[in-house]
Amino acid sequence: MVERQIWTSNLNLWFGKNQILHNINLEAYKNHITAIIGPSGCGKSTLLRCFNRMNDPIPFMELTGKVYLDGKDIYAPKTDVYAVRASVGMVFQKPNPFPKSIYNNVAYGLQIQGKYSKSEIKDRVEESLKAAWLWDEVKDRLHHSAMSLSGGQQQRLCIARALANKPKVLLLDEPTSALDPQSTAKIEELCLALKNSVTILIVTHNVAQAGRIADYTAFLYLGELVEFEKTEQLFTVPKDKRTEAYLTGVFG
Amino acid sequence: MKGIKEKTFQAIAYIASLLTAVCLIAIIYGIFHDGLPLFKFISWKDFLFTNNWYPVYSPPGFGAWALIMGSFYVTLGALIIALPLSLGSAIFISEIASPGLREIAKPVIELLAGIPSVVYGLFGIAFLAPLIRQWFSLDTGLNLFTSSLILGIMVIPIICSISEDAMSSVPHSIREASLALGATKSETIFKAVIPAAKKGIIGSILLGFGRAIGETMVVLMVAGGAAQIPKSIFEPVRPMTSTIAAEMGETIMGDLHYNALFALAIVLLIITFFSNLITEIVFRPKRQK
Repeated sequence: MVERQIWTSNLNLWFGKNQILHNINLEAYKNHITAIIGPSGCGKSTLLRCFNRMNDPIPFMELTGKVYLDGKDIYAPKTDVYAVRASVGMVFQKPNPFPKSIYNNVAYGLQIQGKYSKSEIKDRVEESLKAAWLWDEVKDRLHHSAMSLSGGQQQRLCIARALANKPKVLLLDEPTSALDPQSTAKIEELCLALKNSVTILIVTHNVAQAGRIADYTAFLYLGELVEFEKTEQLFTVPKDKRTEAYLTGVFG
Repeated sequence: MKGIKEKTFQAIAYIASLLTAVCLIAIIYGIFHDGLPLFKFISWKDFLFTNNWYPVYSPPGFGAWALIMGSFYVTLGALIIALPLSLGSAIFISEIASPGLREIAKPVIELLAGIPSVVYGLFGIAFLAPLIRQWFSLDTGLNLFTSSLILGIMVIPIICSISEDAMSSVPHSIREASLALGATKSETIFKAVIPAAKKGIIGSILLGFGRAIGETMVVLMVAGGAAQIPKSIFEPVRPMTSTIAAEMGETIMGDLHYNALFALAIVLLIITFFSNLITEIVFRPKRQK
């Protein structure tokens, strides 16, 4: 039986007068990968950013409905937004390491929390870099600038940085769209390995990628959740015509 | 025809840049030519490190220590006053203000840079100095504190504007990365944005330093003009720049006093040269491996 980790209930979102998301009910299950696919501008990224409240700073953002993390509504009043963001990690479309050393990139989240000793941080940095399959490539140059890494390495560093907080959920917003095929393959394999310890939600405009790694796939179209199924089912017997059209490349 | 036009244009641009370089070399040559003869009379060590500036006594004294320290103290005071204000407003404009407010605040602060220094000086003499004299019950309001205050206000736009540019050119994705890791807005500003803008901020401070140490009119008008090492911040001082400006008219061309003022100019030139050099090194983009 699958267990829900993070899910939305009747989620609506507006930027000013534009309604971006319409009544979304999406569930992501513990230790599974859930992909959100859909054409550009359909609200995929906006939906993903609801799960760690990264839409909050956007002016005129309004949201109704609920987002639950382990049964707790993260939009409830008095919620500690910063704790939510620490336990729901996010990796962005373009690798965005800080212009700091590799070590300090990974240590950043822990240093911010201020409750870890230096040796704890050191251990956690190593652990996170190992989990992101970057340790062997950088262990001799932890104090070099993160900007000296390749694009794929930078993206794995961003994953390591998010993992350092020991998140329950990892949100990936088109994490491979700026990478070459080899780096992409590596990150996909990494996702499959990571799902044993963390629930993954990935936005991708690459349908094949969803097919390769996702256990569940959601098809989002014009801000509406058209279909949400096990990946094989959605890919082989889509129920909705729009899903079928998108998967066969009629639009997108 | 086009070829000739092109060649003429290139020649003009070449001559223009050559003329600029010639001007610079001529100035440096002139200052050294008229300044160096002083050191036949006293050693450069005595000139720099003794405190007896009596250029019209007989025998005259040319120990410039008090003037050098005057410049140093006034500049230091100006930076102490300017740094919190200008970095604070840079942070506000770049990170906190709404876009609408930013569009107004930045030009207003930059407007401060356009005010001629003599106007700052007038303001200092007419309004600030009497106020400070009253507040602290001093004999004179023309002192180290007042001149630091005015100079500080003068360098705010330089430091603020350049460090604001540096902060707002930090990519938005860096802020997002920090927020997504659970940092608050102020943690993001101090631990992600400012470290990423470090170079520009240091550069802006060095430029502010260069502006303050070279400023003449304000210190001439409000520093009080006593060639002494100040014992408190409310005593008058006399920086190198105002010494040159005030005494040049009293000298006879070619006499020792005249040479001594040029020697002060050499000191100023060397200081600003080094501060510009450091700025250049800081600003120069690092090559990626």
